[in-house]
Amino acid sequence: MLNQPSTIATQNASKLWNPRRRSDALFFLLMGGLSACFILLIVLLLAADVMFTSPREFYRALAKPEIRAALRLTLLSCTVAAILSVWVGTPLGYLLSRYSFPGRWIIDTLVDIPIVLPPLVLGLSLLILFHQPFFGWQIEGWFRDSLGFPIAFRWPAVVLAQFSVACAFSVRTMRVTFDQMNPRAEEVARTLGCTRGQAFWQIALPQSRRGIVTAFTIAWARALGEFGPILVFAGTTRMRTEVLSTSVYLELSIGNLDAAVAVSLLMVMLAVVVLLVLRVLGTGLTS
Amino acid sequence: MIELRNVSVKSGSFVLPRISLQIESGEYAVLMGTTGRGKTTLLESICGLRRVAEGQILIHGRDVTRWSPGDREIGYVPQDLALFPTLTVREHLEFAMRIRKMSAAVIAARTQELSSVLGIGHLLTRSITGLSGGESQRVALGRALSFRPSVLLLDEPLSALDETTRHEMHELLRRVKQSTGVTTLHVTHSVAESESLADRCFWLAEEGIQERPLACR
Repeated sequence: MLNQPSTIATQNASKLWNPRRRSDALFFLLMGGLSACFILLIVLLLAADVMFTSPREFYRALAKPEIRAALRLTLLSCTVAAILSVWVGTPLGYLLSRYSFPGRWIIDTLVDIPIVLPPLVLGLSLLILFHQPFFGWQIEGWFRDSLGFPIAFRWPAVVLAQFSVACAFSVRTMRVTFDQMNPRAEEVARTLGCTRGQAFWQIALPQSRRGIVTAFTIAWARALGEFGPILVFAGTTRMRTEVLSTSVYLELSIGNLDAAVAVSLLMVMLAVVVLLVLRVLGTGLTS
Repeated sequence: MIELRNVSVKSGSFVLPRISLQIESGEYAVLMGTTGRGKTTLLESICGLRRVAEGQILIHGRDVTRWSPGDREIGYVPQDLALFPTLTVREHLEFAMRIRKMSAAVIAARTQELSSVLGIGHLLTRSITGLSGGESQRVALGRALSFRPSVLLLDEPLSALDETTRHEMHELLRRVKQSTGVTTLHVTHSVAESESLADRCFWLAEEGIQERPLACR
């Protein structure tokens, strides 16, 4: 018996469609499966922390004056380090993005060094830098004796250690931001009477607002997680140079696992809140 | 007056051969030539955005070859318009005057005049996002004319417009030419544009620039 034309058409259509649908399913299965592994790892890590402690333990740990002081210093130092990072990262990112000059590749490479350097090495380098005599002159000695403002093993060392790494991320972010902006608008502004500085200030900078917010966010989050350079350069003196990341270390070192986990959870919450708030404000996530 | 004396521009492997050209005050000159010959490069050199390897650029008899773009008093409308994403239409028209620290009354009067001539009075409070091609073109033209430049450089200003808008802009450019008398160099590929707007026509070829009788072909 001959097939009806409509049946043949349906069979042909099914022959055409089925292999594609199968291959799409395989694609999504592979991509989604691999992606899910990482997402699952993060979720499980956080869930394990939450399950390990109880709300009572959490509040008891946070009630400790040392932890409260560490929280205050963390909020302050991360904010100062992030502001400084954006302050330095914006002009450096702009110069690297817009101009070709001899030795640009060297500067480009130097900017990445704090990112790839082992954290302890960075802290050690900061410590040596501040105590190394340069023709009889020493940075730490000058700050201490001339300004009455010692740096090493004080709170400014915490900020400087955080800034050293956070700024590298800020420079990268700002460079990408300016790379994505059409330089033509700044050029036209110059034909309209602007100096290069005015073109940057009035045209480039307002356009880079979202990049600045993103750079601030990344710098803040990076500063929050900084530990190695702080440990070496600022020390872990309770109530003086202790930040949340060093609190975890200190609590662990005295065997107080509950407090260490409580502080870790607090850091997770801080990171999530800052990332969400700033991303919504700065990158138009709400739209 | 725009005068180029043996101007040569090098950019990577591209070399613009020695160009000599003279456009008298108040003239509307059209520059044509095949794609990639260096018409945009030449405009950028005249307005100071590209360094000249050799030769001199004179604007109204003054050698401006080493002057910064802002000191040359040249209005420039690039092909991609390069409007400022964070400014409103009004702020575009006011931009050059504010940079020159003109008084608020002068700025307001000039903005009113320009928006009326260009037909963009109803758009003044709008952001440039969402403007049509013709509207954007008018804003870019207004921004370039706002500080009453002595020279106007237009880089294919009508190329990306539909037929109706192109005709409107064509008429607008003719009105601007008559009312301002600004010395203009207009890069185009359109013979029709050159025939209806130009007082003189130049052709940029591999061996240099040649003046051709209207219309250019």
